[in-house]
Amino acid sequence: MELKELIQQKLNSAFPEANLEYSEYKNEFCVKLDKKFIVPVCKLLKEDEDLQFLLSEDITAVDWATRKNRFTVVYHIFSLKNKFRLKLKTDVDEKDCNIDSVSSVWRAANWQERECYDMYGIIFNNHPDLRRMYMPEDFEYHPLRKDFPLLGIPGSLPLPKK
Amino acid sequence: MEKLTKDDVHPKIVQALLRDTDITIEDALENEMILNMGPQHPATHGVLRVLLRLDGETVIGCVPELGYLHRGYEKMAENMSYYEYIPHTDRLDYISPMANNVAWVLAVEKLAGIEVPPRAQYIRMMVAELARITSHLVAVGAFAMDVGALTVFLWTLREREKVLDIWDILCGARFTNSYTRIGGVANDAQPEALAKVKWFIDQFDDNLTECEKLLNSNRIFIERLEGIGVMSGELALDLGVTGPSLRASGIEFDLRRATPYLKYDEIDFNIPTYTEGDSLARYFVRVDEMRESVKIVRQILEKMPQGEVLANNPKKVLPHKTEIYTKMEELIHDFMIVNFGINPPVGEIYHAIEGSKGELGFYLVSKGEGHPWKCKIRSPSFNNLQALPHLVKGHMISDVVAIIGSIDPIMGEADK
Repeated sequence: MELKELIQQKLNSAFPEANLEYSEYKNEFCVKLDKKFIVPVCKLLKEDEDLQFLLSEDITAVDWATRKNRFTVVYHIFSLKNKFRLKLKTDVDEKDCNIDSVSSVWRAANWQERECYDMYGIIFNNHPDLRRMYMPEDFEYHPLRKDFPLLGIPGSLPLPKK
Repeated sequence: MEKLTKDDVHPKIVQALLRDTDITIEDALENEMILNMGPQHPATHGVLRVLLRLDGETVIGCVPELGYLHRGYEKMAENMSYYEYIPHTDRLDYISPMANNVAWVLAVEKLAGIEVPPRAQYIRMMVAELARITSHLVAVGAFAMDVGALTVFLWTLREREKVLDIWDILCGARFTNSYTRIGGVANDAQPEALAKVKWFIDQFDDNLTECEKLLNSNRIFIERLEGIGVMSGELALDLGVTGPSLRASGIEFDLRRATPYLKYDEIDFNIPTYTEGDSLARYFVRVDEMRESVKIVRQILEKMPQGEVLANNPKKVLPHKTEIYTKMEELIHDFMIVNFGINPPVGEIYHAIEGSKGELGFYLVSKGEGHPWKCKIRSPSFNNLQALPHLVKGHMISDVVAIIGSIDPIMGEADK
């Protein structure tokens, strides 16, 4: 059986109520899911004998600015056994700007989620160490949001006193 | 290094430091302290700041602080065209800019659906492998310098200088190359450049062996690295470590094999793997990889076909400068591409190559405009650095220097 079908079959049988959407673009297989299911789905993908998505390559978000669900959190995970890359996407609304952390599944997610929090302000629940990654700890804004200007906000970073 | 008091460090960092240890001490010893290393420390390879919690000289907690070189390249990418961003990729991993150029254009070509002529693909493969050699030369040299073997640094940099001369002939720049273009490369590889590459790989093996002799028979070097910073393959994978550091832990994962891009499926090469997972194994992997790269470059020189180096796709690929000045059609296309961009179709892709430090990927989201809606750089150094706290725990301060050198982080890439 082809791996994509196997993934669909396993996920559908384990999460019948999850309403997962599958798509493929330029040979990249993608699963879209509700943010409630992110941790159990990731756990299954990692721990299943046939799938073994052991490497969390990247976690990031996309800011759609004007859409109803403003952010999409995107996970890229890789299975060394099958040499297969999978993309997981889940929508997060600005009003309820949080999602469960997958750092309990992959430890690599720790910094990847910290970076995402720093840049987009998405809170990762149950994250062991949710601090900013790049910006100073007392910085008020999230620079990769579309409403943050390219040139920065004057006064947002304290300058040395005269 | 300066000694800090608790008030100098942000309370959240102190919290993280105190939490970040498995060793519990009932009564805090009097000599326990927090030590600040960097961001201007020569051994941290750039502006990496590491906060260490020490018991005497033993590290019991470590928190790396990133962001001192954060220039917001992801934000800048959202505000410029795909072509304009090529020079900026040079500044990510500034030790191997060619590999970054290749990674970026491959991602954009996948997004826009551009077919690249075979000669250009071979040239890209050649420069990517030479970039890997330069990067590993710097890594090994600086690593040896960190643990006290100063001569090797001069010798490896001498070799690197020869590759920089090849860059000079190929594209006119030694450091920030910006050699690749969307749809091909900026100009064809000249015969004298290829002859120089041939000369370089012919003499490289002997010179590398000389450097190796200096290190492999150096007892201080071996003893300072053996068994230092051991990482099991499972842990490395869980922490998102890729590249030589992962292969030193016994996991044979190389994107050139796992998801072949360019023409790597036509090339015969091995993936060096070691099982020890310590700092010494990471050094051995790098040296072996240089030899493999030489093998790859030799095959590329044999197999490289003649032909075009730029795709014939006038709406998306910039024409050559001489044609812009003499032909009307080309002038129009140049004007349109420079002013309005190449407008890839709506969609999103992720493309990763095996950079010299590990998996270097670009995640691009297009809304059909001239500039990307979102660009995410998956940088290997950032993810590899995450292993640092796990590696240094229980070792001495001087081992921290060796371990950072063995991970080989480039802060331009880790901080973006």
